Amino acid sequence: MSAMLEVKDLEVAYGKIKAVKGISFDVNEGEVVSLIGTNGAGKTTTLRTISGLLRPTSGSIRFKGKDITTVEAHDIVQLGLAHSPEGRRIFPRLTVEENLYLGAFARKDKGIDADLEAAYELFPILRERRAQPAGTFSGGEQQMLAMGRAMMSRPQLLMLDEPSMGLSPIMMKRIMTTVTTLQQQGTTILLVEQNAQAALKRATKGYVLEVGSIVLSGTGAELLSSDDVRKAYLGED
Amino acid sequence: MSRRILPDSVRATHGPKAPWLALAGGILFLLSGLLSWSYDDRILGDLSIRFYPAGIQLYAMLFGVIGVILAVLLLRRPPWLSPARGLRILGTTGIVFVVWIIASVAYQSGGLINANEGGWVALVGAVLLTLAGHLSPEVDIDVRRWPRLSSTLEIVIIVVLMAILLFTVAYTLDIQDGVIFASFLIALIGLAGGLLGTGFGGYLGFIGANNRRPLLLAAFLVAFLFPFTQDGSDANMSIATQVLIFATTALGLNIVVGLAGLLDLGYIAFLGTGAYVAAMLSSSGFATIGWKPPFVVVMLIGAATAATFGLIIGSPTLRVSGDYLAIVTLGFGEIFRLAMFNLDGNNGPDLTNGPNGIPAIPDLELLGFDFGEVHTVAGIPLGRFSNYYFVLLLLLMFVMLVFTRLNNSRIGRGWVAIREDERAAEAMGVNTFGLKLLAFSVGAFLAGLAGTIKAHQDTSVSPDQYVFLESAFLLSAVVLGGMGTVVGVLVGATILKLLPEKLREVNDYRLLVFGLLLVVMMRFRPEGLVPSKRRQLEFHEEDQELSELLQAEHLQAEHLDPEQLEPEHLQGAK
Ligand SMILES: Nc1ncnc2c1ncn2[C@@H]1O[C@H](COP(=O)(O)OP(=O)(O)O)[C@@H](O)[C@H]1O
Ligand SMILES: [Mg+2]
Repeated sequence: MSAMLEVKDLEVAYGKIKAVKGISFDVNEGEVVSLIGTNGAGKTTTLRTISGLLRPTSGSIRFKGKDITTVEAHDIVQLGLAHSPEGRRIFPRLTVEENLYLGAFARKDKGIDADLEAAYELFPILRERRAQPAGTFSGGEQQMLAMGRAMMSRPQLLMLDEPSMGLSPIMMKRIMTTVTTLQQQGTTILLVEQNAQAALKRATKGYVLEVGSIVLSGTGAELLSSDDVRKAYLGED
Repeated sequence: MSRRILPDSVRATHGPKAPWLALAGGILFLLSGLLSWSYDDRILGDLSIRFYPAGIQLYAMLFGVIGVILAVLLLRRPPWLSPARGLRILGTTGIVFVVWIIASVAYQSGGLINANEGGWVALVGAVLLTLAGHLSPEVDIDVRRWPRLSSTLEIVIIVVLMAILLFTVAYTLDIQDGVIFASFLIALIGLAGGLLGTGFGGYLGFIGANNRRPLLLAAFLVAFLFPFTQDGSDANMSIATQVLIFATTALGLNIVVGLAGLLDLGYIAFLGTGAYVAAMLSSSGFATIGWKPPFVVVMLIGAATAATFGLIIGSPTLRVSGDYLAIVTLGFGEIFRLAMFNLDGNNGPDLTNGPNGIPAIPDLELLGFDFGEVHTVAGIPLGRFSNYYFVLLLLLMFVMLVFTRLNNSRIGRGWVAIREDERAAEAMGVNTFGLKLLAFSVGAFLAGLAGTIKAHQDTSVSPDQYVFLESAFLLSAVVLGGMGTVVGVLVGATILKLLPEKLREVNDYRLLVFGLLLVVMMRFRPEGLVPSKRRQLEFHEEDQELSELLQAEHLQAEHLDPEQLEPEHLQGAK
């Protein structure tokens, strides 16, 4: 059986600057795969390319066996691949509920209201504040909204770009617990993080990205105990 | 959002005097109507006679009547009304009104000395009313708590209001003198604002919102009946058709600008495309194409041609950032004008007769109905412009329908997302390019449609009708009225088209006045006169009250009382 997401020899450039230099990795169904790396390593670029917002210069991306390298972003969402972008990018002047409904924009089926309920179950605070303009939210609440919104497209694969960025330790824990919950509910997750500890603890598999190349890979536990990772990402020596 | 310009201590000590100040102000205004305003009896419809009020003096007395009513209300202090707000609007507008008249008298009769006592008495009255408004306590009004009327009564109210509106419009358009016309408009703002500002306005809005369909129907009935108030005269109807074409086109532009958030600086070219297509296919002796299809076909060809142009310039530009679109559309507008100017047979094919354009376009004839003739309905003659007025009204209704249907659809939600954050929208699966292109070409299509009728109504087309300034005016109508709303654009378009027609005196300074108006608007009300709630929030993000209002509306839509849900942020903010 092939992996749910297969990225092969992916190269992405901004003009002459190569941001991603031929990386390959797989995400299997049911996994939480973490992609870690410092600022500027090319993590966001990778995710944006997978979801069709950027075009690679070479390499291929397959999702559920289908080549999506040149598929348009809005069609990729319809295939069941959701992307919660870096910095959350919620719609600040729309209410929470309007934000959530926009997450389901690509869908035309009847199950949207049921999924709205599911999102509210996941984050009860969203229900409480459903009528509030989302821009008035705190960072953690915005992150919950961003995740809930991404889930509204009922994805099989959810890509999260630095969900813990700028959050308090408590809020971070809340978000990471939710990642596990979503995994248990059957969503496959590709998690991009600078925070290696939190990301690898829950990961079935991890990749370390450095200036556009994958330098290490292994199970979450392997990477967490690897000396290189401990030195570079956990500040130990 | 309170507008307290007086310190609290002054308000506390002198507040109780406010009703009496208001009463005095109202009485002075009433009195001023009986006095002479001008030494010269040849200007402004003769304001020189005492104890025989006419025209402007009557308007002044109306200020007095409303002032006295508000003063009495202030004395009785009903807890559900806010006479203070009404008084502030009435008073401030009153000052503008009186100063405008005194200045006009002085200007027209050669000196301030010719302004007689009436104006000065009224000025004191206006100041007293304003002062009273600022001294009186604020009452928080929530019209949703006012008693609900029976639905029949609500509809009766709507009908009566619409009848008043029809009468007022007819009256206003009949004022020939520009200064008196402006005075009446100012008075109208003050009088209506004074009455409605107390809370009645909000209540009427509430009733209107509860009866959208009857309201819409009544509004169209008024618009439909308007030609019947004109006794067959074409003077006002000619202006009215101009306003209608302008409003229809501006509403089409509002789909592009207000809904999809795209800046189009050459929109007039799409109107021109429709007009030129209609002219070329018309049976004018100067038409350049031999084929004469029926007008319905011409309309479709004109609109389709415009939409095709829209697709051609939209496809390459809409993929890149918004700034390019503004520049490309600006260029397209100029290219269109120059092409029409030059396609005269000397350079390229003879399609447009160059600078001379295509004159002598005959009147429309649909189903045997000749638009050039006077028809008599129920004993009332309806002239040529009335005929066009009805067709244009239908077209406006059609564009309104397209606008609201799109706005309330999935497409409309996609546009909202694009306006908010285009890249996030893309990640959510919104086909941003497709939706922008749709808005752009629908806008072009509708303008082209309007253009085909415009060609016949104007009886000629020429390149100088489709200059950049016209695009700028259209855009201003949208911005001035309110981006993304139907009513806003109708108001904006009416103001921008009607005022220059009526205020011939200031026509030379038209652009200056227009520029000033825009600057003032951008400073004090950037969201436009009738904005959508969401737009308002875009310009006043820190406005807590507004964001609460949005929440309340959202919850109301769920049939929930806002009180049931007491999120702590609402408490904390107060
Ligand atoms: N829009 C852009 N234009 C040019 N260079 C970019 C752009 N976005 C990112 N880069 C560059 O690409 C590299 C990878 O960036 P990014 O993918 O954002 O890294 P990460 O998400 O891992 O922090 C960086 O060197 C960054 O400066
Ligand atoms: Mg990043």
